[in-house]
Parts: sequence; C-alpha cells; structure tokens
Amino acid sequence: MSAVQIEKTIDARGMACPGPLMNLIGAIRQGQVGQVFEVLSSDEGSKTDIPAWVAKAKHELVEVVQDDGYARFIVRKAR
Amino acid sequence: MTDEQDKPLSLVMFSGTDDKLTAAAVLTVGAAAMGRPVNLFLQYYALDAFRAGKVNADHALSPEATATQAPIIRRHKGQHWIELLKQAKDVGEVNIQACALSMDMFGIGREDLDPIVDGIEGVAAFMASAAEGPVVFI
Repeated sequence: MSAVQIEKTIDARGMACPGPLMNLIGAIRQGQVGQVFEVLSSDEGSKTDIPAWVAKAKHELVEVVQDDGYARFIVRKAR
Repeated sequence: MTDEQDKPLSLVMFSGTDDKLTAAAVLTVGAAAMGRPVNLFLQYYALDAFRAGKVNADHALSPEATATQAPIIRRHKGQHWIELLKQAKDVGEVNIQACALSMDMFGIGREDLDPIVDGIEGVAAFMASAAEGPVVFI
C-alpha cells in the first residue's frame, strides 16, 4: 500500500456499472483539493471507467490495486 | 474546433420498455460524467413512460428479450433508469425534451409529464441542439 492518507473509502462492491464511478464523482465533488479517495469496486466496468473519468476530469489516479474479487482505486482530487 | 469528446450526445428515445430506457439512461450518465452535453428527445412509447406517476411502473421488456433473459434482466440489481437520469443531470448537462408531435398525438400536456422533463420542443430544435454530435435512435 502507498503511504497516502485516505480521506474516505467508498465501498461500492456489488454495485452495478456505473454505480461505483458515480459514487466516486459524488465524493470528489464534495471533497477538498488534495484529498484522496478510495473506491472498492467489483464491477468490471470500473476498471476502464474510473481511469477514463479521472483523466477526463483532470484528477490523479494514484493507484489501482487488484484484490480478491474486487479492485481498489485510489484517486486524488486535483482541482 | 470542438474536440470529438466534447460534442453533444443526442438520443432519440422511441422505445418505452424498461430495458431500452435503462440502456439509454446508462449512455446518458456515462456521457454526462465525461463532460459531454446530452440531449434526450422523447417520442412515442418513451414519452409515455415519462408520464407523471408512471416512471416507476412496469414498462415491460423489448421483444428481443427471450424467456430465458427476461427474468435475469428483472432480477438485475442495477439502478432504475429514472435514478440514472437524475444522477446524469446532477453531474452534467442533460436536457430532456418531449417531442411536440408525440405530445399532440397522445394528447399529453406539460402537466402530465414527470418533472425531470425540461420542456417540449420540435424536431428542428432538437437537431439544432444535436449540432455536430451524433444522433442515436433507441
């Protein structure tokens, strides 16, 4: 694990596409610049959707960790 | 020059079955999240599904859903299309317009529509909003 401080963990495991991404967007919008959010998702779509949205919205994808049956996306609000 | 990724996505919603409405709502929320303006033009059976008090009713499935697929679709834990559209409006620029011709055909008034519908317009106005972006018929 990276040493970044996680502001909030969103457990979206079991949610269907595009639920995990929408929950991340909601959290980022309410957060402060510089804060780091973590989303846990078992949705296959998240693997492409979250990196695509983070790049488009100009935030920072700090890390993607594949765990057992789900992935952990760590995103820093950059603006 | 407008970047291809920034061009509006315009969906003509014709079908009023829950599967097609959901498919259209997923496209809408994805495009809105990615920063693209989305225009929805409600015609025929899709317009009927947006009647006030009827959005949460059972709108059945399209004929291509087989007897095997239908129960799988009904059991799926995904969100209702109206919730997806609300999320899309919340994160992006989504304009939902009722087709004036379909309103007239079915005798539907503005007060008969769910408040998520932004207004009533004609096909030329919809095409003007679509501008250089793709128009998709669902």
